[in-house]
Amino acid sequence: MTRAPFESIVALHGARVWRVCRALLDEADADDAWSETFLAALEAYPRLAHHERIEGWLVTIAHRKAIDLLRRRSRLEVGEVPDRAAPEASRDLDLARALALLPLRQREAVVLHHLGGLPFIEVAAALGSSADAARRASSDGVRRLRELLGGADG
Amino acid sequence: MAELETMGTIPDAPLDGLRARLVERAAERGLLDVAYRTLDTALGSLLLAATPAGLVSVTFDGRDPIATLDRLASAVSPRLLETPARLDDAARRLEALIDGRARAFGGPLDMTLARGFGRGVVERLREIPYGETRSYAQVAVAVGSPRAVRAVGTACRRNPLPIAIPCHRVVRSDGALGQYVGGIEAKRLLLGVEAASPPAPLVE
Repeated sequence: MTRAPFESIVALHGARVWRVCRALLDEADADDAWSETFLAALEAYPRLAHHERIEGWLVTIAHRKAIDLLRRRSRLEVGEVPDRAAPEASRDLDLARALALLPLRQREAVVLHHLGGLPFIEVAAALGSSADAARRASSDGVRRLRELLGGADG
Repeated sequence: MAELETMGTIPDAPLDGLRARLVERAAERGLLDVAYRTLDTALGSLLLAATPAGLVSVTFDGRDPIATLDRLASAVSPRLLETPARLDDAARRLEALIDGRARAFGGPLDMTLARGFGRGVVERLREIPYGETRSYAQVAVAVGSPRAVRAVGTACRRNPLPIAIPCHRVVRSDGALGQYVGGIEAKRLLLGVEAASPPAPLVE
């Protein structure tokens, strides 16, 4: 069995990896995290087990790179919310900015499950929590986002 | 995802810029094993691929390169990215050969994809002077296997670096052009360009 050219991996998954990075970081840091994700993937790619689900693998790397950057930038302990400017009129908030207002754990769960497409069992592995806790964090996060953004049912 | 989409969007990925920086950093860190680009020429659309050692593959399928890219991924390395800038020099050299402005490729070549008997044949092809031809039988003699005429034909068709390594200068003993990996018209055009170009100066 042969491995697909890495070019096709970037073409297929570049947009999703970007959404994960951008939902956790500002534009400049997301840019950096995206590059670092694909560089780490490129490095490991020839040794990747064939049965590995490539998209989930990339999303997991992107999450790790993003959290590394967040820690470096905010110099906060994990679990604390980085300081962000208060929201303006909530209708004007885009999703990335609204996500930045969530507690980090909720934000990670929402991003990994809803934007990264990971099942909760893999979200849990990425967060070092139980699947139930990951599911709860995600649904709490989505509820909070709906309040912030005045969601579709509001 | 759908649930979030009703609430707002993440700004679109600036993919061109992201890719450009990825390629740059990959090369810096020695992670870009194979770079490739397409090149439109009078012979058709080519696919060029290079390793850090030099040009490694030239094929005539620039319009539909998927099969070749898959082959390069398995035969050379799956760390393969589209990187036009890394192949600018090779592209210019090939264009000059096709237009008759140059008499030899002159740039670095990576012979990784020429193996076994084929490697011996391809090395001999590099010795056929510009503007001249040899027969498949003559090349077979030159590689020390005078009876392997058909195998020489196969090795010419499998030359991983046509144009740069002049397999087009090998023709049939009866004067017919014989086959060519890029099609008979491409072979006719290359030989025509060579025949029409002025003789090499005695002193450079």
